[in-house]
Amino acid sequence: MFFNEEFETLPRPALEALQLKRLQAVLERVYDNVPFYKASFDKAAIRPGDVRSLDDLQRLPFTTKQDMRDSYPYALFAAPMEEIVRIHASSGTTGKPTVVGYTRKDIETWSELMARTLVTASVHTGDIIQNAYGYGLFTGGLGVHNGAERLGASVIPISGGNTKRQIMIMQDFGSTVLTCTPSYSLFMAEEAKVEGVDFKKLKLRVGIFGAEPWSEAMRGEIEEKLNLVALDIYGLSEIMGPGVAQECFEGKCGLHIWEDHFIPEIINPVTGQRLGEGEKGELVVTTITKQGIPLIRYRTRDITSITYEPCICGRTHARIARMSGRSDDMLIIRGVNVFPSQIESILVGIEGVEPHYLLIVDRRDNLDTLEVQVEVDEQIFSDEVKVLQKLSRRIEKEIKDMLGVTCTAKLVEPKTIQRSEGKAKRVIDNRKL
Amino acid sequence: MKVEQISIFIENKSGRLAEVTRILGDAGINIRALALADTSDFGILRLIVNDVEKAKLVLKEKGFTVSKTEVVAVEVPDRPGGLSAILQALDAERINVEYMYAFVERCGGNAVIIFRFDETDKAIAALKNSTFNILEGERLYSM
Repeated sequence: MFFNEEFETLPRPALEALQLKRLQAVLERVYDNVPFYKASFDKAAIRPGDVRSLDDLQRLPFTTKQDMRDSYPYALFAAPMEEIVRIHASSGTTGKPTVVGYTRKDIETWSELMARTLVTASVHTGDIIQNAYGYGLFTGGLGVHNGAERLGASVIPISGGNTKRQIMIMQDFGSTVLTCTPSYSLFMAEEAKVEGVDFKKLKLRVGIFGAEPWSEAMRGEIEEKLNLVALDIYGLSEIMGPGVAQECFEGKCGLHIWEDHFIPEIINPVTGQRLGEGEKGELVVTTITKQGIPLIRYRTRDITSITYEPCICGRTHARIARMSGRSDDMLIIRGVNVFPSQIESILVGIEGVEPHYLLIVDRRDNLDTLEVQVEVDEQIFSDEVKVLQKLSRRIEKEIKDMLGVTCTAKLVEPKTIQRSEGKAKRVIDNRKL
Repeated sequence: MKVEQISIFIENKSGRLAEVTRILGDAGINIRALALADTSDFGILRLIVNDVEKAKLVLKEKGFTVSKTEVVAVEVPDRPGGLSAILQALDAERINVEYMYAFVERCGGNAVIIFRFDETDKAIAALKNSTFNILEGERLYSM
């Protein structure tokens, strides 16, 4: 099943010719409209006209998340605000989130690619999609929603949370497709079990899970507990949102990245050199049709590999492997992006708290947990229990308010957090993925 | 009128209390009274010792977080209603007791209670007005 058979099965020579044409156009566009790109291309002594083949892409400089933060909020936009119809921002960043803007055409493209993504996961008209990705600044909810409507499936915009209601709706509305984070699906399964709900009696048949790292073992567990086929979706707000790449129902082996709109590269995250097919490295994406905020060689920091081998589903678009980690220290906790440096700046902002902290991430009952250990020094110590407990609550509240992630703060004795030469160890991730 | 107490932060894990008492014992410091407040994660050990400065120094050297707090030691008649009379006098002045614990030794025929108030000076004045006997630090450390 295809949504746009012509483009999804375009023979590779035609696909690559289309990529080159679109790449050249987007390079002209950003060079003329975005001062950041003019400066960065000039510094690298390359003009848009110098890019005559897809291989020439390697000569262009990268764009990083820091570049996006430095351009806060709109400096990377390549379209005037009169043409921007939607603004989203990335989850979980202190102070300055990364902001993305979409033109009407961008929303149409996103809807089409998300519709393709759904069809790739075997969704069709008549399906009832329970969309439990969060609606709001986060791209997950609205991204899937637009794609579902474009496809013509029935979408329930339930958003995340309120698990009891999720289970009730699942039973009463006859949802056939579930979209949420993989950990939340397992959490729902546990809740349903407590309430005596049998997934074998539900109509759910496929789940499209993403926005956080997961594993083959987790897939097995989800498929068994929820009695559905679990497929992997990939996307990030900087590039578009959900629907950048999707695992196909037929092959269930790697995620097709929509190459008529994105050019993927895999690089060595240390040297920046491009790696070959099958080699593991950092995914770099160039958007070749976006108008609002086109990004050239955006470093996603996600670790994967790529294959151009033909797939049994008939799509000619390359497949990226399940994300196996990050090339920076970003943590994804219940779908929320968290950098240790963000927690550090929150702690420093609390009077008297020294930035000697340790983050312990774990997964209990299928939900990510975050413990923030903070050393108690003389400045924050009190002989009264309530003062220290109030401090713990305050740390928890500020992290929740700023980052949107629930944590438990634990006060520990001084020097219990290991000091090391150079880069301190700030994170212990005990999740078995 | 005030007595110096030291408070020590300890994590709720085995051996920490033993470590504190060992350090103090090795330094020849005598513990005159103690109380432990605990939560599921941590505890606060409060001590009256015969040498406050030295105790603070040796514990800090071993990496503990230590603070000094002023508390009040009050003689309490050792009979039914003895403590109640004191608390009523404080309550009349709207003074809060943050915590309290008993001293090991008696003073004459009376028990001794250590109080931590929210307003220490006001509490001392209230107790004196009600003719309760407050013990000096020097006397207490050497009891």
